[in-house]
Amino acid sequence: MNSDYRMSVVVRTITRLTYGLIIVFGFYVIMHGHLTPGGGFQGGAVVSSAFALLLVAFGSAGLKGRVNRHWFQTLEEVGAIFFLALGLFGIGTAFFFNLFANNPGVPFGQSVPFGPNSGAVSTAGTLPWMNWAVGLKVLTGLTSVVIAMLIGGRKEERE
Amino acid sequence: MSLGNLPFIASAMLVILGIYTLLFKRNLVKLVVGGSLIETGVNLFLVTFGYRTAGVAPIYTYAPAAKRMVLPTPQALTLTSIVIGMATTALLLSFAIHVYRHHGTLDARKVKELKG
Amino acid sequence: MTALVPHVPALLIAVPLLGAFLAPIVGKLGRTTRNGFVALVLLVTAALAALLAVRFLGSNGSPILYVMGGPDGFAVPLPSGMATPIRIMFEIDAMNVFMVLITALVTLCAGLFSFRYLRDRSGGDLFYALFLLLTTAILGLEVTGDLFNFFVFLEITSIAACGLIGFQAWQKRAPEAAYKVMTMYTLAGIFVLLAIGLLYAEHGGLNMAYLASAIRGSVVDQVALTFLFVGLGMKAAAVPLHMWAPDAYGEAPAPVSAVLVVNSQASLYGLFRVMFTIYGGVANAVLLGWLIVALALVTIFVGVTVALLQNDLKRLIAYGALSQIGYMLLGVGVALVTIPTKPDFGFVALQGGIFHMINDAACIGLLFLTAGAAIRAAGTRDLNRMGGLAHTMRLTSVLFIVGALALAGIPPFNGFASKFLIYEGSFQLNPFLAVVAVLSSILLLAVFLKAFQAVFLGPRPEGASVGGEAPLGMLVPMVVLAAVVIGFGLFPGFFVERIVTPAARALWYGRDAYIHAVLGGF
Repeated sequence: MNSDYRMSVVVRTITRLTYGLIIVFGFYVIMHGHLTPGGGFQGGAVVSSAFALLLVAFGSAGLKGRVNRHWFQTLEEVGAIFFLALGLFGIGTAFFFNLFANNPGVPFGQSVPFGPNSGAVSTAGTLPWMNWAVGLKVLTGLTSVVIAMLIGGRKEERE
Repeated sequence: MSLGNLPFIASAMLVILGIYTLLFKRNLVKLVVGGSLIETGVNLFLVTFGYRTAGVAPIYTYAPAAKRMVLPTPQALTLTSIVIGMATTALLLSFAIHVYRHHGTLDARKVKELKG
Repeated sequence: MTALVPHVPALLIAVPLLGAFLAPIVGKLGRTTRNGFVALVLLVTAALAALLAVRFLGSNGSPILYVMGGPDGFAVPLPSGMATPIRIMFEIDAMNVFMVLITALVTLCAGLFSFRYLRDRSGGDLFYALFLLLTTAILGLEVTGDLFNFFVFLEITSIAACGLIGFQAWQKRAPEAAYKVMTMYTLAGIFVLLAIGLLYAEHGGLNMAYLASAIRGSVVDQVALTFLFVGLGMKAAAVPLHMWAPDAYGEAPAPVSAVLVVNSQASLYGLFRVMFTIYGGVANAVLLGWLIVALALVTIFVGVTVALLQNDLKRLIAYGALSQIGYMLLGVGVALVTIPTKPDFGFVALQGGIFHMINDAACIGLLFLTAGAAIRAAGTRDLNRMGGLAHTMRLTSVLFIVGALALAGIPPFNGFASKFLIYEGSFQLNPFLAVVAVLSSILLLAVFLKAFQAVFLGPRPEGASVGGEAPLGMLVPMVVLAAVVIGFGLFPGFFVERIVTPAARALWYGRDAYIHAVLGGF
């Protein structure tokens, strides 16, 4: 594959139109992990697939303005440390204790309604925060893996 | 209409196809795909165990009232297993890339430096 | 600070995990800061392990139970009044504490050794992140009380260990070894996952104590036991599933090889926990025992004889390590066969097998570290091209011979104490077993003497690089491990009474206490 091979116009246009929507959908899946199927890993994988789509459609030039590798590594570590810190917040009672649940003053603190309901977002305590931490780590981690494999392979091609 | 034993048969077929790939293919990347097939078969096996006849998804948001729900624990186990499988596959593929860089080939029979 | 003491089991996992995540960030501040940070994390982990061990020294304390995220005990009370054992918990009895002590000791020494060993290579941040992650996962394997949590930690050890094996990716052999090892580890994990799925479908719960009380010995349970046996035996490198072990131990950097031995022993601990505690009342002990004895004999024999053919120093030590796993299996297998009929002799064999775990970890760790220092000084791993290192590396050669003699079972080192217990127990069962074990020890001594002569004695070959004595940063951990080897050898009774006998007793007689701590009066 030489460097002037490009994907067709259809692919490039559709990618430009939809990658933002995929990222927003991924964030929705992360956000509502405690109410609907989804959560940290699933949403992070969806967002990372948007970046992979950019890579496939535009090559490594597609990510130049949008993704900064050092930022991604720092965000990955921030996500991991945030997850562990959330586990340690409740260490007074137990490790991974759900400190914020059933505590109406705090964000995500309301009690969960019992039985089938229409879903209240602001519930379940520590869980949405942990979903965000895991989602951040997964999206940055998977994207870094995909970029490393692509750029690692490319360099070999050039040598 | 009931599924009968169909999910178990499908899971067994996936595992058998994965084992066949691991035994008879020589390309390193194909071996990784074979391992991934076996993991998929085992994950399907785990999810099928939680199924209860005429059950719905174990989620309370907009759930149909008064219906039996499928067990949620095997779904959590399967999700963890999928994540582990993804990490394993990523690591195996990175090492396959390194092996290709050193040896110039992806044929498992030619990459035989470690013997004895 | 004292308010945190009840949380020691969770902190044992949380501290190295936090260290693993913070290591790349701290590494940006400089190499010395990062080394100091990693040393601090390893020391704190060792201190926590010692704190945990104080409770079980020599006495029969009841198992410590730590429930994750639950102030109200392990059972979540539902409004209908039913309580299901659904929370993940850590359950620690004397056997867990024994394994945690081994892990803390070896990872501390290997970590301190690696500061100097990896000084002139890049990528150190990621090395320490993976190293601390491996430490966390091995410790988690050893303290958990939930079978699926065990599987998750098992897979984390696979991934971290393979990342470290392939760490020197600029060489030709390391990525190939890492690929092969990762494939074998993945297969082992799949077997374990299948077994866990079968057990969950049969009994509806995954807590180890709950399963121990609910197991009935049906066909599904026996199939699950077979899968667990195969999967965990693969990870512990029992023959005939040992093909990954020489590649893994041989290609990894020297401190990592020492920690990989502890990894195999942790999987062996998992096998013991499954056999003795979960299937304790149900499995056919005599049949299982004879099977393990057969596997152990094959492992011992194959390990030692193939070691004779090796030209590569680290692969030679790797095959030696392989045969020692056979000794541990021999001790436990003999115990399983004889305890129903002759409990005293069987218990001695069990103590020998378990004592050999810590002796083997210390001796093999010492051997790998000294081999790493020797290889670094000589610049090559081929026995035919090394030589004459004893002129400049006096202390390193003495430490190598201490480790080799201890592993071969020569008094007054610790290997003699544990191997003598194993010989005694297996002689009672069948003299042939003891004869094979003793002959293999002698062969192992011959193998290591050949290696010692090739590496350290004799004239230095022309064109070889000149290296001085191993630097102080590498000598101190080696001396610590040698002190453990000599100390355990000179006072074996003291240590056996304090840490080995409670562990053996917890494994064989402690099943009811283990179940009772979780299920109470159920």
